[in-house]
Amino acid sequence: MLTKRIIPCIDVDLDEDGNPAVYTGVHFEDLKYTGDPVEMAKAYNESGADEFVFLDITASAEGRETMLDVVSRVADEVFIPLTVGGGIRTTEDIKETLRAGADKVSITTGALERPELVNEGARAFGSQCIVISVDAQRRYDEAGENYVEIDGESCWFECTKKGGREGTGVDVVEWAREVESRGAGELFVNSIDRDGTKDGYDIPLTSAVCEAVDTPVIASSGCGGPEHMHEVFTEADADAGLAASIFHFDEYSVGDVKDYLDERDVPVRQ
Amino acid sequence: MSTMPSPPEEELASVVVVDYGLGNLRSVTRGLERAGAAVEIADDPEAFEAADGVVLPGVGAFREGVENADSIREDLAAIAERGQPLFGICLGMQMLLTSSEEGETDGDAAVEGLDLIPGTNVRFDSGQKVPHMGWNELAVEREHPLVEGIDGQYAYFVHSYYAVPDAANATVASTDYEQEFPSIIANEDGTVFGTQFHPEKSGETGLRILRNFVDICAED
Repeated sequence: MLTKRIIPCIDVDLDEDGNPAVYTGVHFEDLKYTGDPVEMAKAYNESGADEFVFLDITASAEGRETMLDVVSRVADEVFIPLTVGGGIRTTEDIKETLRAGADKVSITTGALERPELVNEGARAFGSQCIVISVDAQRRYDEAGENYVEIDGESCWFECTKKGGREGTGVDVVEWAREVESRGAGELFVNSIDRDGTKDGYDIPLTSAVCEAVDTPVIASSGCGGPEHMHEVFTEADADAGLAASIFHFDEYSVGDVKDYLDERDVPVRQ
Repeated sequence: MSTMPSPPEEELASVVVVDYGLGNLRSVTRGLERAGAAVEIADDPEAFEAADGVVLPGVGAFREGVENADSIREDLAAIAERGQPLFGICLGMQMLLTSSEEGETDGDAAVEGLDLIPGTNVRFDSGQKVPHMGWNELAVEREHPLVEGIDGQYAYFVHSYYAVPDAANATVASTDYEQEFPSIIANEDGTVFGTQFHPEKSGETGLRILRNFVDICAED
């Protein structure tokens, strides 16, 4: 039986000396330093991570070079799938990232600004490596297309750019359908409302995307413990759960999360 | 979970990874090296013949894969004829069969596989999430040196089509994705074989399979 995947996410930035370092934050801000990316990847691998997601949050040419070097070092050491995101705008960026040793690329803004990038990437490198990431935010106005009831209020989800600082007017559910039809192989659903809060994943958001597409969905943002992973797998039918801070600060190991899920009959790789 | 095995002290066998212009060969090369192989990436028949074993990797579409490999089709068949170990991974495994629903199966547009393991590749049913992506369990169906020590372990899959070999005993291991499908297959004499999943992305289990492959190469 196909298992639910537990995916640690590693945000990579440069430290004061220009070396790669892992940071974690709340609401995409207030970053805190937590360690060396390659060592962290090795430790997560040993504790049973099913994949890794690396996000380049440096947003600079210098950072990009460093990131590709980190990707190569991790890919040479750790033999599980590796997704890399951050600043990918062109097929050349995709190619470079895959060549460095990534198995998949995660694209957010690049796809919103030029949706053809999804088709081009899928055609050139295969759908299996094109992950489209959305930074969703709840909206309670009347500009959306797909509404859900949350606590008696009607709400839609908007795709945002720049970590929630810029709206796009694009409805997340419509966008998920569109990128799937353009060849996306997987969807990575972040919630600006839940990011860093540890209040749990945005279940209505994740459910709405899972119902709209047949492509695998990775739920992200808000995980505070194993019970939130359980909730997103059983209530929203996500294929994978991503978390950052609960693992970075050793509150739980990947193994703890898997034990919790296994005891409750959610299939995981042990 | 225990730590990854460290690389053996010396190289146990020489392996050629076939470069036919598709996919990223870095992970499979590093995985084979970790398993003790001296790896050469090549596309010429002399290199194939000189090696202890050959790996046919691949990601992407069947038609594109077969067309890209067309110029070395006879050379790949010669590997099988000589009885040298030939290991197809993912699309590389699918290419070992006769045909695929992904290309046309008859008429002028028919796309012919290598036909080293008779059979065809078919698509998962609609209504299932496709691609089948993630970690799934291997159930060993019959003995083969490649599957030593891996029964009940998990491997990483990403695919929309799966192999249906003509011969029932061609299935070495199977996997359940709402239906059972062959996840490791082999030809009659066992020298041509393939995995639908990516051993180079399947953690310790994958490295064990690569090590088993290197051992097969070292014996011949």
